[in-house]
Amino acid sequence: MHVHAYEKLWLALAIVLILLLIGSVTYGAVGPGIAMVADSQDPVDPQALDEDDRFAEPRVEQVGEDEYAAYVEAYQFGFDPDPIVVPEHSTVTFYVTSPDVIHGFQVVGTNANTMVVPGEVAAITVEVTEPQVYGVVCNEYCGSAHHAMEGTFEVVSDEEYEEWLEENQDGDDTEDGAADENGEEGEDA
Amino acid sequence: MSAELEAEPTFVDKFPEEARIIRAAMWGSFLALTLGAIFGIIQTLHRTGIARPFSSVDYYTFLTAHGVFLVISFTIFFLVGLFTWAVVRSLDRPLLNTKITWTWYGMMAAGMTMTGVSILAGFTARIDMSADVLFTFYAPLQAHPLFYTGLVVFVVGTWVAGADWFRTWLAWREENPGERIPLQTFMVLTTMIMWYIATLAIATSILVFLLPWSLGLIESVNPTLTRTLFWFFGHPVVYFWLMPAYMLWYTVLPKIAGGRLFSDPLARVVFVLFLLLSTPVGIHHQYLDPGIAEGFKFISMTNTMFLLLPSLITAFTVVASVEYGARRRGGTGIFGWLRALPWRNPAFTGMMLAGLMFAAGGFSGMINAGLNINYMIHNTIWVPGHFHLTVGTAVALTFMAATYWLWPQLTNRPLYSPQIGLAQVVLWFVGMALMTNAMHSQGLLGVPRRTAEPEYAGFDYPMAFGGFEELNLQIAIGGTILFVSTVLFIANIVITSWSPKASGLARPLPPALSGPEDAPKVLDNLRLWVGIALVLVVLAYALPLAGIISNSGVFGTGAGTYPVWIDATTALAERVLAAITTAATLLVDAITGVSSL
Repeated sequence: MHVHAYEKLWLALAIVLILLLIGSVTYGAVGPGIAMVADSQDPVDPQALDEDDRFAEPRVEQVGEDEYAAYVEAYQFGFDPDPIVVPEHSTVTFYVTSPDVIHGFQVVGTNANTMVVPGEVAAITVEVTEPQVYGVVCNEYCGSAHHAMEGTFEVVSDEEYEEWLEENQDGDDTEDGAADENGEEGEDA
Repeated sequence: MSAELEAEPTFVDKFPEEARIIRAAMWGSFLALTLGAIFGIIQTLHRTGIARPFSSVDYYTFLTAHGVFLVISFTIFFLVGLFTWAVVRSLDRPLLNTKITWTWYGMMAAGMTMTGVSILAGFTARIDMSADVLFTFYAPLQAHPLFYTGLVVFVVGTWVAGADWFRTWLAWREENPGERIPLQTFMVLTTMIMWYIATLAIATSILVFLLPWSLGLIESVNPTLTRTLFWFFGHPVVYFWLMPAYMLWYTVLPKIAGGRLFSDPLARVVFVLFLLLSTPVGIHHQYLDPGIAEGFKFISMTNTMFLLLPSLITAFTVVASVEYGARRRGGTGIFGWLRALPWRNPAFTGMMLAGLMFAAGGFSGMINAGLNINYMIHNTIWVPGHFHLTVGTAVALTFMAATYWLWPQLTNRPLYSPQIGLAQVVLWFVGMALMTNAMHSQGLLGVPRRTAEPEYAGFDYPMAFGGFEELNLQIAIGGTILFVSTVLFIANIVITSWSPKASGLARPLPPALSGPEDAPKVLDNLRLWVGIALVLVVLAYALPLAGIISNSGVFGTGAGTYPVWIDATTALAERVLAAITTAATLLVDAITGVSSL
């Protein structure tokens, strides 16, 4: 089989490109340690979430110094809790599941993004920095009012977080503790 | 008269019955394209907020219809016609038995009609049926059983079509012992083997899970399992659309450019690579799925990246073949040869623009394939932006351009207007450039795909590459231009039906510069490639599927059933009721108004 010299060069360059692309993902995984949504969480019965420790009460919970866990239920057609409120400069792990159909969960304009599948629990960890209000949308079609399924993720200053906690001690999380300052969303950790 | 007799016979002269079947398949395809384009313009104006004459609930019916009619019906009807042409032309023998051919055509048409009816019935509350599940039909959203049944009948029709081509090839082999498989037939056969492997998964998903579940025979399904089976099929299906376009770029485009294919052996290598690598990559659509281990995602990513190789080889071969044609036409210089190409020919310009856009689609595809950066754009409007470049242009525009070249040979009627054809392909390119560029940009802002109203009450999108609103305008303008382009295409072909018959329309294809005799014999060993393809599929899927089942069971952990067809009809019934109430109120007002005069 005759392969032209230019074509051989092109082939070599193509293979280099492919290896570079694979290499960049590999580097991301072992260098900065970017973790993927995976099967690390135990499955749940989507129709009995109220019997599950994690989702009986959707909430944000402090799990360490500057570390928070947000247990989020994505349902037809909203998110619980909404808003999801955390203090600035913290590490947040979202655990998201669905009691009904497949949804999406994306913090708008960031890489905090996952599928939400009934029966499975998606876990993503992000680092947040300065106070900012982010939109949260369902980005997988989930039925006739899919476009109305939205929420907010609010990164607030430490003082505002204290105030918010006091106001919401009874588990009433409808209060808006938003801060308007702009800041940068951290990367997946 | 004597000139007419001496003219080379066209395809329809040599194989009139086959030409009739091919035309029937392509008319089916063009009908689907027309419907798809109508739904497309409604969506583009609705989504961007320019005009919303229909409700946002109906948007999802339009969206389902747009997806199913274009990516299943338009593409596949066209390609079965094209493959029939390619097999018969390159073997230079008729099909074994056209009754079988009409049978598969009938099955595909019947299946698509069933599925289409189940979707379109969503517009009326009078029929208790709908299927607003989009073309991915992810459970636990549930469509009417007719939706799934139609898909099965359609797919089985394509299986019979493949068998028809294989049998015709086997008959040819008996008559021509020891000869190499002609290139176009080789391309059809390898593509069909890939299709058989891919559709096994969707057939399993529908027959074992979704159809019995929609009939109430089983209570629940495992959403991750049916989703995984969908994407087992869902990625190779994109190559099922793309391979016919590649076939045209390899075998027809060089001829139109005035030259011939550079290398027959490399073309075979490319098709073998697609056969091997198209299927064990489907999990790259599920990078963000909980319930699938990270390692399997990584394997899928690696396979996906290697799938770039055959496309990069194609880019080289096609450009080299076209350059060869240009130089034979007198073109010179490093880039000067580009001027010597037949840019006034809509078939040539259409395919070249399609190829150019495919390169852009390839770049956004590398982002999608990147396991980690994909998080930024997964399920955003970036993704439909990407596939409107690939299936929506590389495939669709190539098919339209090829129609300008092929249709006269199937009808003996010259194209009504090559000038309109040229304007049409350029409009498609411009419209698609505007629309997809804005879609990619919006995707980076986090604007989701598949939504009737991408504007939200609780937050504003960040600004980049122009704001959300400005990009919406670009999408709407681009979508409108695409609609106009489709109308021009359909009109041109329909009007051609009244063109007077002519002779001398045959366009024979020359053999490659480096012919099949240079290709290693092993390339034609289809059994070997089937074996390796199956091994790769088992390697890529056995463990993930076992993992999904051992995690959550064959039928899942008890997910509910969400029939979109009852939801939607109830909603529609309520709206109709509301409309009647409003009308009645108005009538009463009018009567009281009149009586009070």
